[in-house]
Order: sequence, then C-alpha cells, then structure tokens
Amino acid sequence: MSEPSTSQRRRPDEGGEPHDREEDREVGTTALASPDVDGVDEKQASLWGDAWAELRRKPFFWIGGVLAVFFLLMALFPALFARGADPRACSLSNSAQPPSGAHWFGFDQLGCDYQAQVVYGARNSLQIGFTGVIGLLVVGVVVGALAGYFGGWVDSLLARITDVFYALPLILGALILLRVGPEARIFGQPVPIISERGPGAIALALVFFGWMTAMRLVRSQVIAIKSSDYVAAARALGAGPMRILVRHILPNAVAPVIVYATITVGALIAAEAALTYLGVGLQRPNYSWGLQISDGQNLLRTAPHLVLIPSAVLSLTVMAFVMMGDALRDALDPRQRS
Amino acid sequence: MGRYVARRLLLTIPVLIGASFLIFAMVYALPGDPIRALAGDRPLPASVQAALRAEYNLDDPLLVQYGKYVLGLVQGDFGTDFSGRPVLQTISERLPVTATLTGVAIVFEIIIGIAAGVLAGLRRGSFFDNLVLVTTTLLVSIPVLVLGFVSQYVLGVRLGVVPVAGINEGLYSYLLPGLILAAISLAYVARLTRTSLADSLRADYVRTARAKGLDRRTVVVRHTLRNSLIPVVTFIGADIGSLLGGAIITESVFNIPGLGRAVFESIQRQEGSVVVGVITLLVFFFIFFNLVVDVLYAVLDPRIRYE
Repeated sequence: MSEPSTSQRRRPDEGGEPHDREEDREVGTTALASPDVDGVDEKQASLWGDAWAELRRKPFFWIGGVLAVFFLLMALFPALFARGADPRACSLSNSAQPPSGAHWFGFDQLGCDYQAQVVYGARNSLQIGFTGVIGLLVVGVVVGALAGYFGGWVDSLLARITDVFYALPLILGALILLRVGPEARIFGQPVPIISERGPGAIALALVFFGWMTAMRLVRSQVIAIKSSDYVAAARALGAGPMRILVRHILPNAVAPVIVYATITVGALIAAEAALTYLGVGLQRPNYSWGLQISDGQNLLRTAPHLVLIPSAVLSLTVMAFVMMGDALRDALDPRQRS
Repeated sequence: MGRYVARRLLLTIPVLIGASFLIFAMVYALPGDPIRALAGDRPLPASVQAALRAEYNLDDPLLVQYGKYVLGLVQGDFGTDFSGRPVLQTISERLPVTATLTGVAIVFEIIIGIAAGVLAGLRRGSFFDNLVLVTTTLLVSIPVLVLGFVSQYVLGVRLGVVPVAGINEGLYSYLLPGLILAAISLAYVARLTRTSLADSLRADYVRTARAKGLDRRTVVVRHTLRNSLIPVVTFIGADIGSLLGGAIITESVFNIPGLGRAVFESIQRQEGSVVVGVITLLVFFFIFFNLVVDVLYAVLDPRIRYE
C-alpha cells in the first residue's frame, strides 16, 4: 500500500503514549468515518489541517512570521535594506555619529554607515541559524531514530554518548572547539570547514555540541510509535526496518521536531552572537551583530546606539523564531485547545 | 531507591570519562607551544624545555596523557597550570563566585517565576495572564548578551542604581547579573507554574475540596499548589546544574571572575589543565543535580517509584 497523500495523516493508534492518544481522539473519528485512506479530494481534519486553522488565529504566529520573512529578505537582498549605503565606504570624520534623518542608524567608530553594517549582518546570522539547525536535525534524527527503533545495546550506547554531550555546556564546548579549530590538524592536514574561521565553522561547532535534544525528542517519539498497530501491520507486510522508519515512524514524529527546530534557529542565532562576542566566532571583515555589540561595548557611555541597535535587531530576529515556534507548539498540541 | 541511586551513580562514571576525554582531546590540539609561551621573550635552554615538557607529560601521546590525568584526578589531583599553581586552587577561588551568582539567580527564579506563574494560572485569560505570556516570550527571545548590556547600560550607567560591573560591593553586585542569568529560566518557571496550576485546578480532588466547603484560598494553597509545584521544583533543581555551566556570558558582560571566565581566560593562555578540570567539575555538577532531581521526584510524588 503506497499512499504518499496519507503519510502525514495521523492514524488511530492504541499503543502510543497518553499524549498520542489524545491527539488521535481529535482526528480519529474522521479517520474512522472515512476508512478509504486514499481519498484525495475529501477534506480531512488532519493534524496539520487543524494546526493551520489554529495557527491562522494566533497573532504571535503572524508577528513572528512577518519578522522572519523580513529578516530573510534582508539576508538575501541586503542592498535593498541599506538604503543605498555601502558598508565598506567609511569616513573617519563621521566616527560614532548618532542616528540622524539621513543616516537612520548613525555611524560606527570607523565612520561607516551603521545601517548598512547592521543590515549586512543578517546574512551570517540566518545562515548559521539555518545550517546549524539542519545539521543538528540530521544528526539528531539519525541517531535518535536508530536508538529508538533498535533499542537494546544500540540504544544504551547511543544514549550514553548523548549523555556525554548533553552534560557539556554548549557555549563552553563550542568556545573550545572554535578556539582550537583554526590550527587543528588531523594527520597533518587542516580540518575542512572547522579550520576556516567562517560561518561554517560556527555552525559546525553548534551542531557538534547541540544535537542531543533533537536526538532525545526523536528517540522518545520513535519508541512511542514503534509499538503501534500500523507499524506491526507494515512489518507483517514485509517492510524492512529502513522502510518502516522512514515511511511510517518518522513522518508521525515530525510535529515536535518542527516546533523544536523553529525555536532552535533563534537559539543558535543568539549563540553565534555570544561566541562572536567572546572572540571565537566571526572576525572582521565579516559582518556580525555579535561583533558590532562587542565593538560598541567600549563606547557604551558615549555612543550607546552602537550597542543598542544591533542588540535590538538581534533580539527581533531571535524573537521571530521563538514566537513562531511557540505558536506552532500550541497549534500542534490539541490538549491546549479549549 | 538505594539501588536506583547506586546504579545512577555508576552510570555517571562513563559520562564523566567521556566528557572529560572529549575536552581533553580538544585541548590537546590547542594551538601553539605552551612552554615557549610560558618562557616569553627569553628563550629557555633546550634542557629546561625538555624537563618542563616531561613534567607536564607534553611528549606523551594523547591517550597516555589522558590516562595520567585521570589517574591524578581519582586521587584528588587536578594538576597544576604552567605557572605551577594548582588547578584546585583556581577552582576553589572561582567556584564560590559562580555558586553565589547561580544562587542569586535561583532565588529570582523561585520568587518572581513562581509568583508570576501562580497569579497567571489562577486567572487564565486575564490581563495579568497575557502580560506574563508576552513578558516570558520577550525574556526567552532576548539573548542574554543583549539583556545584560541593555540592563547594565540603563540600570548601571544611566540610573546608577546597581554596580556596573565587578563584584566589589558584596552580594549587592550580584543582584543584576543574577537576574540576567535567571532571565530565561525564570520565564520557563513562570510558564510551567502557570500551565501546571491551571491543570491541577481542573482535577477531581480540587472539585472535591471545593464541594466539601473549603474556601478558595485553602484549596489553592493546601491542595492545588503543593501538587502543581512538583514539576517546577524539579525544573529549578536541574537548572542549578545548567546555570553553573552556562554563566560565561553573564560573567563576561559583568566582568565577574567565575568559573566560566576561568575557562575562557585559560583557553586564551593555552592552559589546558584548568579548562579540562573546570569543565569536568561542571559536568559532574550537572549530572549530580539531575540525579538529585530524579530522587526528589520520587520523594515528592508518591506515584513515582524506582525499583
């Protein structure tokens, strides 16, 4: 039975956790009333349909979404947002000028237009946020799915490894890795990505010390789902472990992972700024909000806008993803609905 | 219960070994030659360099070095840094600072977080409830770095109500850094308390208590709160371990000489021994407080029993 259209639909499953059963109660009636799962035109009250109906009514989702799109556009087309100013065209005579009508964000210490500087910082932040999350999802989903599905010693081993990483503080771990990175050698060769002090190295360091929550999420979901009837049915039909995992289990474990991933984009953007502030992240001539905050720190008394503006922009970016993630969680968890 | 705790304690050993080895292996690759850095401008005679390298086991392969390190560690010897200062001394100077900072943060979490959560949970949908919801979203969204700088600028530089940086004014100087360190967890505590309280208010035993004529105050304080605070207490317990290891940004912004700063400074000076020692200690605290929380869970909630 191949049914791409239903891969995202929740099926009634008796063996899941209480959490799953509650979700299924909402959609179970519709699924049972129309056992023809291949019906395409029929409007189904699926988890995702319900979630979207719920999301549309949430102001947090719209605020977060609009902000995220805004910063995404800023990352893609920075020139449009810099109002014609060139971030490299600086004149020391303008050093640390406060915001004015012609230059909304003022000038930084080197006399560069600060709006251009801040706008060009969006790309690195978002790039690190997105590639970092994709990376830690790949690691987390693969390790979590293997541990949850196979159980036994595979699970014990992978869970212990996860514990090791989980106990290490993210910022401290990434700090050491990035400090060591530029001169790290494996068999006398520079390590790709990590030895170049660019956005890639930071994303990689954050993935290396940040994949554990995704792993635990996926693992617990897989354990909850794998004992359900439809997985037993798929196994009885002769499906192998890979097919069962990829086609039957993971699509149903996707909801909490999406919520987690959305919020984590924001968390990683904040972590990048923190690492850059500590001096192991992005370096000049890269544009980075963390770098701008760190440079402006010395002028906090005389030119507070140098710290406050990138701080505000950084916060709004993180907030965009946190708000969307919060709204998604509420929408995807039917227990919250009244 | 005793067997459960013993098994959990045994399980911490591989985690501690794994975590310290991971850090050790990374520090092993620290760039530069620490002995030459130590000597400064005057080049050391080759024989002295060789003696120093031997003393710090610098010529051994990674695994041998790590083995020697662990051997010292189990005997309570954290080693010395390259100026001959015991790492344990650095730790005993820095740990109280970070512990005080964490303590202040936890107090804020308990007082503000629980109070806000209880008030919001008792009146779902009220103005205050929405205020808490918006405020917690803001607190979670604003990076600690930003929160630290802005509050330092407004409260320290402009208004002058708290010290701008440093720890020279006793507990008073920990006030603002503690609040900043607590910010994110505080938001989670408030939300957790709110949902947990709202859930228990709908429970059958609460309806029974109301039905037998108890006034609302007694029902909330004696029956509902005691139950709904269980997850909050355990969250705060586990948070102690995370805050101890997560204070580096706060410590940097407010120039507080704690453990996080110690790691940071040691990395800059290529002092591997301090880095590995401190992080191993932090990992231990993290595991320890998580274990305490799991035991606490069983004590607070009689439905939970470990074999």
